Amino acid sequence: MKYAFSFLAVITLIVIAGLGSQVQGMQYLFGVALPYLAILVFAGGFIYRVVQWAKSPVPFSIQTTCGQAASLDFIKQSRLECPNTTAEVVARMILEIFTFRSLFRNTKSEIHDGPKITYESSKWLWVFSLMFHYSFLLIILRHMRLFLNPAPFWMDWIEFGDGIFQFGAPNVYITDATILIGLVYLFGRRITNRHVRYISLINDFFPLVLIFGIAVTGILMRYFLRTDIDIVTIKRLAVGLVTFSPVIGTKIGAIFYIHLFLVSTLLVYFPFSKLMHLGGVFLSPTRNMKNDCRAVRHINPWNDPEIKPHSYAGYEDDFREFMVEAGIPVDKELPAEKG
Amino acid sequence: MYNKGTIIPGLIIFVLILTSPIWYNGLKAGDLPKPEAPMGVGKQCVLPVQEMRDTHMQLLNQWRDEVLRDDDRSTVVVNGKTYRKGLQMACMQCHTDKEKFCDTCHEYASVKPYCWDCHLTPKQAVSKKETH
Repeated sequence: MKYAFSFLAVITLIVIAGLGSQVQGMQYLFGVALPYLAILVFAGGFIYRVVQWAKSPVPFSIQTTCGQAASLDFIKQSRLECPNTTAEVVARMILEIFTFRSLFRNTKSEIHDGPKITYESSKWLWVFSLMFHYSFLLIILRHMRLFLNPAPFWMDWIEFGDGIFQFGAPNVYITDATILIGLVYLFGRRITNRHVRYISLINDFFPLVLIFGIAVTGILMRYFLRTDIDIVTIKRLAVGLVTFSPVIGTKIGAIFYIHLFLVSTLLVYFPFSKLMHLGGVFLSPTRNMKNDCRAVRHINPWNDPEIKPHSYAGYEDDFREFMVEAGIPVDKELPAEKG
Repeated sequence: MYNKGTIIPGLIIFVLILTSPIWYNGLKAGDLPKPEAPMGVGKQCVLPVQEMRDTHMQLLNQWRDEVLRDDDRSTVVVNGKTYRKGLQMACMQCHTDKEKFCDTCHEYASVKPYCWDCHLTPKQAVSKKETH
């Protein structure tokens, strides 16, 4: 029922915005006040979370090694899988961020008669995640045409590429379809895959449903519910928001306020949820540390500087007498007794 | 806080990206587009003004499909006035100047309709005639 509750929550948000925005004077709440509040919470929360992470010590050198570490000259190092220089770490991080190499390793485990467990490579998660994330990125960049006046030159390239099929009016975008396909897969996976379903929580389902709601309301607004959706009025409001002079010129349809309210909800929800992997991916010690723990000593930051290193020789010096008495071999014998 | 050398520049980059629309616009919202009013014929169009603003692209698309794909060249009668379906045959009869009418809003909203891949703008039509 965790997923049903997510749908209920999103539907509630839609009803709130749909009805609320129709009340006289409430347009400024949904169109101006809440978006401002949301972006402030987003920025503040994002910085807060990153600072909290940066305050957490990394006690051990815990990079994930997925290949041969740097060793003797004649042993070939796997430089991306086990980086030991900053440049190699940067290369690994860039590939992780842009191509999701961790997800590429996703496996599926199954129990067969025997009983016998098998592990099989499963690339679907990787494929659909890439599809979803890149669609989302392009959609955000596309929306910048509403905030930037005049629209920058690269907007034409995105419009051309995304609308290359050139059908329908307004022109149908590829990313509108691919983001929905990606979301349906990511949601369906949590429902149909027993292992993933077992560990899925409401905070796994809710963001998927929320983003699904944002995508669907956006598509409805662009292609179907165009009543009172005048792009000039909307751009005037959007540019007004980022120049601190927001104006709601003429009446804007409810679907716009619903879309905007869901986006505001996403922005508020973002810093306090799993969606913070946007910032977190940069701060993953398993990815951003060098595997040089045999060459460089990793100092645990929470070590008490008053506690000095204690070598074995020093330990033996402290306890030699008792060790000899107990018959424990020692490196250095007790000094010969006088007599 | 650990790793200040990378965390603080990282957060600064984040804030710069997030606030980039503010710096890009420089707190100037810019002028709103003022499409030129149609020539001569008064205020009447095939649909009320607000509906035309919202849905003209869908109407044009529908006309294009009807005329070119279904060979349906029937006319549209609104308030006793007959319109042929067509950009050059109907719209541009009153809205004679593409640059001063269509382009004003399209440029503001960064919309690139592909009407003019096939159609000639009135200006192009004139220059074509001159060359023949």
